[in-house]
Amino acid sequence: MRRVYLDSNATTPIRPEVVTAMMPVLTEHFGNPSSIHWFGQHAKSMIDDARQHVARLINAESSEIVFTSGGTEADNFAIRGMAESQKAKGRHIITSKIEHHAVMHTCQDLEKQGYEVTWLPVSRDGAVDPDSVRRALRPGTILITIMHANNEIGTVQPIEEIGRIAEEADVYFHSDGVQSTGKIPIDVRRLKVDLYSMSSHKIHGPKGIGALFIKKGTILKPLLTGGGHERNRRSGTENVAGIVGFGHAAKMARESMATDMARVGELRDLLEAALKSRIEFIHVNGENAPRLPNTTNIMVDYAEGEGLVISLDLKGVAVSTGSACSSGSMEPSHVLTAIGKTPDEAHGSLRLSLSALTTREDVEYVIEVLPGIVERLRDLSPYYKKV
Amino acid sequence: MIAVAMSGGVDSSTAAVLLKEQGRDIVGLSMQLWNQRRSLPGDEVASEEQELKRSGRCCSIDDIWDARRVAAHLDIPFYVLNLEDEFEKTVVAPFVGSYLAGETPSPCILCNNYVKFNHLVERASQIGAEKVATGHYARVRHDQALGRWLLLRGKDTRKDQSYFLFGLTQDQLSKTVFPLGELSKPEVREIARCAGIPTFDKPESQEICFVQSGSYADFVEKYSGIQQDKSGSIVNAEGRVVGEHAGIHRYTVGQRKGIGAAGKPQYVVQIEPGLNHVVIGENSLLQRKRFALRDANWIAIETIEKLDGPIRCDVQIRNRFEPQPAAVWMEDGEVLVEFDSPQRAITPGQAAVFYWDEVVVGGGWIKS
Ligand SMILES: Cc1ncc(COP(=O)(O)O)c(C=O)c1O
Repeated sequence: MRRVYLDSNATTPIRPEVVTAMMPVLTEHFGNPSSIHWFGQHAKSMIDDARQHVARLINAESSEIVFTSGGTEADNFAIRGMAESQKAKGRHIITSKIEHHAVMHTCQDLEKQGYEVTWLPVSRDGAVDPDSVRRALRPGTILITIMHANNEIGTVQPIEEIGRIAEEADVYFHSDGVQSTGKIPIDVRRLKVDLYSMSSHKIHGPKGIGALFIKKGTILKPLLTGGGHERNRRSGTENVAGIVGFGHAAKMARESMATDMARVGELRDLLEAALKSRIEFIHVNGENAPRLPNTTNIMVDYAEGEGLVISLDLKGVAVSTGSACSSGSMEPSHVLTAIGKTPDEAHGSLRLSLSALTTREDVEYVIEVLPGIVERLRDLSPYYKKV
Repeated sequence: MIAVAMSGGVDSSTAAVLLKEQGRDIVGLSMQLWNQRRSLPGDEVASEEQELKRSGRCCSIDDIWDARRVAAHLDIPFYVLNLEDEFEKTVVAPFVGSYLAGETPSPCILCNNYVKFNHLVERASQIGAEKVATGHYARVRHDQALGRWLLLRGKDTRKDQSYFLFGLTQDQLSKTVFPLGELSKPEVREIARCAGIPTFDKPESQEICFVQSGSYADFVEKYSGIQQDKSGSIVNAEGRVVGEHAGIHRYTVGQRKGIGAAGKPQYVVQIEPGLNHVVIGENSLLQRKRFALRDANWIAIETIEKLDGPIRCDVQIRNRFEPQPAAVWMEDGEVLVEFDSPQRAITPGQAAVFYWDEVVVGGGWIKS
């Protein structure tokens, strides 16, 4: 069966070049980077190269990059670390209602520990208003954490403006950049973030590896203590193969982002336009806000997202409804709820996310099979017959 | 395409094996019915330990894992459908309501009627499956002469589950496949073993899947948020108060309840929700011939209303019960059943299913 993968915000296929770059680490270059000998030195230098590639992707310095086990750990490290380091100063955190669970559940956990969290609402298009951040600031505010690009609807937040506000107020600013990294140009200096989370598997690298950008001079209490790896910020023998893969993926993303994403954006627009013209009663969520070029989240009235996803899968097309993690529970996605969708509307939403490896044929195949599936589901819907 | 309702157990797994061997295009579906993490009113915030304990039997996450393993082994597409809301509305809430009304409910039948053969069939058709197969021991057949779909007992009469399926409508039966209908349990285990089904020797689930730790009565209390005192009187057949009970939902007709004055064992003979009474008496008082039925469903006949006289059939009034001859008729808008000879403990809330030999005529719920 033909398989089309349009779930790149959940994860992406590893680029073959990345696999090639990782192979030596999985075979002869197995050394522990902390060792003094040749084996260790070799591993160490591969990590240093990778660190440089990741740093360059976001215009950071190598020394500002700390490798973690992924985006989730980077988010936890940033938020918990800051909450701990700054608790003498205050216990108030500002975040948004559309964060990834890695941020949302971490903030909720801190609420239980006595921190106060302001959950900023978003517009119907899924954008945080920078002014609302300004208004939420108060003397005890120790951290602002607002994601750069949303994983479900792809909206890009005004990070630069929020960064300016944070700088003026002298409050630390973290942004979850897991979805934006490698898809849009990022300059942490211009964004004025102090902390920025990244994850390798969203940019064609391996899973289980990510990084946190920690601006020079920022004090952050480590989550993991031990042998003092990563300059005492994250102990544990490094996942060398993962780091090397991530580094190579970051290098490739930097080199080809401009052309890849221009092409991906065109394909996404083609997909949206074709689906809109072939299927009645569909809407694109977040359409009027700045969005990632690779993501479209469409709401299909009179059809169930679960039925759509399974039917598409049976035709070889991989997409998701809600966010990947929340599939499996019937709680409507908190992101779609935050942009004002009813639970029914949220359950009828479909996320299609493309990547640099998506082809025009992939998109055309989806355009071909989706209308028939929607029609079948609607024929069975008691609500559709009435319209 | 046929959707196989998979629970991870040997029966539904074997159903999938058989259909696959026949070369049918199949997809495995599991239902997530009861969220283990859900807390009931009155629960403290559930501790992790409690959460672990909450995993039930037939609808637990473990079973879904088993089903996934089996599907992977058979190399068939597999999906978990979330039917929690439907399950709660049509099974759990009525189960609790039934106990509070002094009845003894049959949640597995409710689940078949309203979840498996209703919502699951509907979801299956949404994804393009024309039929749904389950691992029930029962048979479906289309009778040309009658122009009706018939439900028959499974060939293995000891495993037969037709009693639990009396609520299926003609439309549902037309979309149902029971691949195990002609097989015995040992045969099914053997097929599963030969096919390398990883769960071929998994024990069968017996308990009510959503009542995990503690008793069903605790569950009823927790779910309904009973705060106030539900205690009432235990009375004897003459209406004299002989004791106190802790809530009628804790009693079932036929259950033994102490020793009477004359040294004879005493049983619950009736539950009176209006008075909040539990009536006890000697075994002989449990013997009755007649009862009324509600929500009848007819399978082999169109409806009883159109018939002139009573029909004769064998009637089964609980799961393990040898069907007994009876007459069934309609009177003043009510379906009435009269056994030829008295039967013990005709229990409100349980299902009564009518048979002509191995053919299910229809059935309903015992009202009084
Ligand atoms: C916005 C966002 N943050 C964090 C994560 C978690 O990253 P990881 O899967 O590397 O832990 C994801 C991906 O699932 C994400 O989309």
